[in-house]
Amino acid sequence: MLDFPRWKVVSIFVVLAALMALAIPSFLPERITERWPVKAPRINLGLDLAGGSYLLLEADTDDLAGSRLETMRDQVQAEMRRNQPRIEIGDISTRGGQLSFLLRDPTQVDAARERLLAITGSGAGMTGQRQWDISVVDTSRFIVKPTQAGLQQALDVAMETATEVVRKRIDALGTREPTIIRQGTNRIVVQVPGLQDPQALKTLLGKTAKLEFKLVDPTADPAQLVKGQAPIGSQVLKYPGNPQGIPFIAVKRSAIIQGSDVVDAQQSFEPQTNAPIVDITFNSQGGRKFAVVTQANAGKQFAMILDNEVISAPSIDEPILGGKAMIRGSFTVESANELAIALRSGKLDVPLKVVEESTVGPELGADSIRSGILASAVAVALVVAFMFVTYGRFGAYANIAVVINVFVILGVLAVLNGTLTLPGIAGFVLTIGTAVDANVLINERIREERRRGRSVLQSVELGYKEASRTIFEANVTHAISGIIMFVFGSGPVKGFAVVLLIGIATSVFTAVTFTRMLVVLWVRKNRPQTINI
Amino acid sequence: MKLLKIVPDNTNFDFVRLRGWAFGLTLALSLIAIGLTAWHGLNLGVDFRGGLMIEEKFPSTPPLDKVRSVVDGLGVGEANLQLVGDNHTVAIRLPAQEGGDEGATNAVVRKVETALGQQFPGATFSRYSTVSGKVSDELKWKGGLAVLFAILGIGLFAIFRFEWQFGVSTVVAIVHDLLMTLGFFALTQFDVDINIIAAGLTIIGYSINDKIVIDDRIRENMRRYRKMDMREIINLSVNETLPRTVMTSLTILLALAALLVLGGHVLRGFTAAMILGIVVGTYSSIYVSSSLLITLGLRADPAKEIAAAEAKGARPARDLP
Repeated sequence: MLDFPRWKVVSIFVVLAALMALAIPSFLPERITERWPVKAPRINLGLDLAGGSYLLLEADTDDLAGSRLETMRDQVQAEMRRNQPRIEIGDISTRGGQLSFLLRDPTQVDAARERLLAITGSGAGMTGQRQWDISVVDTSRFIVKPTQAGLQQALDVAMETATEVVRKRIDALGTREPTIIRQGTNRIVVQVPGLQDPQALKTLLGKTAKLEFKLVDPTADPAQLVKGQAPIGSQVLKYPGNPQGIPFIAVKRSAIIQGSDVVDAQQSFEPQTNAPIVDITFNSQGGRKFAVVTQANAGKQFAMILDNEVISAPSIDEPILGGKAMIRGSFTVESANELAIALRSGKLDVPLKVVEESTVGPELGADSIRSGILASAVAVALVVAFMFVTYGRFGAYANIAVVINVFVILGVLAVLNGTLTLPGIAGFVLTIGTAVDANVLINERIREERRRGRSVLQSVELGYKEASRTIFEANVTHAISGIIMFVFGSGPVKGFAVVLLIGIATSVFTAVTFTRMLVVLWVRKNRPQTINI
Repeated sequence: MKLLKIVPDNTNFDFVRLRGWAFGLTLALSLIAIGLTAWHGLNLGVDFRGGLMIEEKFPSTPPLDKVRSVVDGLGVGEANLQLVGDNHTVAIRLPAQEGGDEGATNAVVRKVETALGQQFPGATFSRYSTVSGKVSDELKWKGGLAVLFAILGIGLFAIFRFEWQFGVSTVVAIVHDLLMTLGFFALTQFDVDINIIAAGLTIIGYSINDKIVIDDRIRENMRRYRKMDMREIINLSVNETLPRTVMTSLTILLALAALLVLGGHVLRGFTAAMILGIVVGTYSSIYVSSSLLITLGLRADPAKEIAAAEAKGARPARDLP
């Protein structure tokens, strides 16, 4: 029992001191630790303490599947018409999550299948699985159905770009240290500390920002438009600001130019009227296309379409050759700026919706920190006093261990780059209460052994030995509930579980190994014949 | 220095004899808890119900009636108001908005804030959160699953480390503890939010802790006094561990009391649940789980015990005076 070699004593002190030292940077102001040569480990404050906004965004997977199907329909139509011999198709529909069409000439089945295979790909994707299933029914009807693997892959790609786009848009707002993480198959978690009014952010993230320029179809009859009917090859779109009075307009289906051709967008003002506008710059390919189309269609009108709604429809006065254009509309400075940001960051392939949101004001956060620190301090004081009046010297040893444990937990949390949340503080307080449980177990055992008439040395030895097994078992069950909380919990609950789990691990070390060392050092020096416990 | 002893030395309470009463009381309380939950229902927070929660802080305690009439006048659905914290803060809960898109929710938050700001100068916004129905269903489902897994995991651990009777009695005691907590929330109508699930899981953890310590002592005494009657072994074990059980519960309760009084209103429900859980957990450790071992027919099997002890390298069982 008394055998406690010097190297062990030294290493215990070194380990504890090192872990506690790791907690120091978190107490220093950031401007000091910033100047350190190495990056100092810091504990992050959760949004409930720091104040800020949390958003959970969810992608509309049905919408993605739908637009994918529509793209496929357009591709099929173009492909069948393009090459000789033309393959005439009709009765084309995208209902029921699949594309179906009829061949006018059933003898062309093989040729049609070949062309379909060319556009749907044979074994596309990294997994080599087919993205589309093609089948023929009743000799002339083709059914093209997206495979599960294909949909999954499309969603994956869309989510990856969406996460990137969300990041760019948030960065453009100039907020500090946002966290943007993809979660599960179709969700993105956004956390912006310090943001008080997430309104602008949400409006920005709610825009898919699909920009298209299409030629206006002047042949459309306004009476037909209102009924939603457009001439062949054209489509009806909403146009709330239409000077002609009706909120609709007919445009050609094929786009002249798309948002992907935009390389830059800036909010600015129109020279004559001083109205806010958005200046856009195309890449070279887009600029060329735009030049060709505006040359060929001088005097005609084209529509600027954002998210399937026409924002303005200027007429082409002269060919636009410089690869630049400006978007007019009924903008305010803010909305023009938002659109510019959205265009710069690219379009979202899939619309995102806010499914969960919480915002904490800075005052409540500061209040929570204050009351959290106060509660922890009082809890420590109460427990320490209680332990001391109950176990005397042995209680004092336990108390040293508890105080050290508090800083060790903070140190470990800092190294793990963990986040301290309000429930995390509760976890702290609970850990303080339970860390001494190990010492209670040991000390009670020592008392018992003394009552049984054993010597001081024997009692202490048996106390630590017998209690250690119980402490181990009790902590394992404790850890089980902690791990389950960590796996299933979200946000703040996870923060609680992390503190609890770290506390379980460190408290075994401080409460058992460390106090045992203190007791041994004392017993070895004084050889007490009797102890007050 | 005279040291404090909350539980005197060598207590000899006959806990096992009281088990009939204890089981009756436990059963009655559990039924009451179930009845309360079924009758009153739980006051689910936005996390589990979906919808919108706004907290507004006022310079002094606001007249709730007036706040209610301001919010009702906005036509944003039926509002549920509650004074929280130091009674300067009002939590306003609103149903999920029609259409459910972010624009609608934003508009409501704005409307409420502006209206309250006009009527009560100095009122400031503390926090708000919105949860869609889909997410709240998920949280409910995940929370339930977490509790279930925790109970199963710990029950399995107890069976693996001890005998099956320990596993069963532990699980029964935990279910009892959780029912009491549920009944408490049904009775007080405190908000049940996601933190309460964390509290529930923590209660499970602590309650188990107590039981494992007693079970461990029972196992030890079974080895030590092989000829002793099971009732005596259990009584002895519970009495021997009683000082520790009481001490530990008290230290945790002390720490929790600090949190309850000083920790701010956001954590109040969580802390209240924990305090209740510790009290019931201690009761069920002393009166329910260990006595249940007799009912379940645990008896010492010397041959098996010795084999198990030797396999673990422990010292052989021996009879001590």
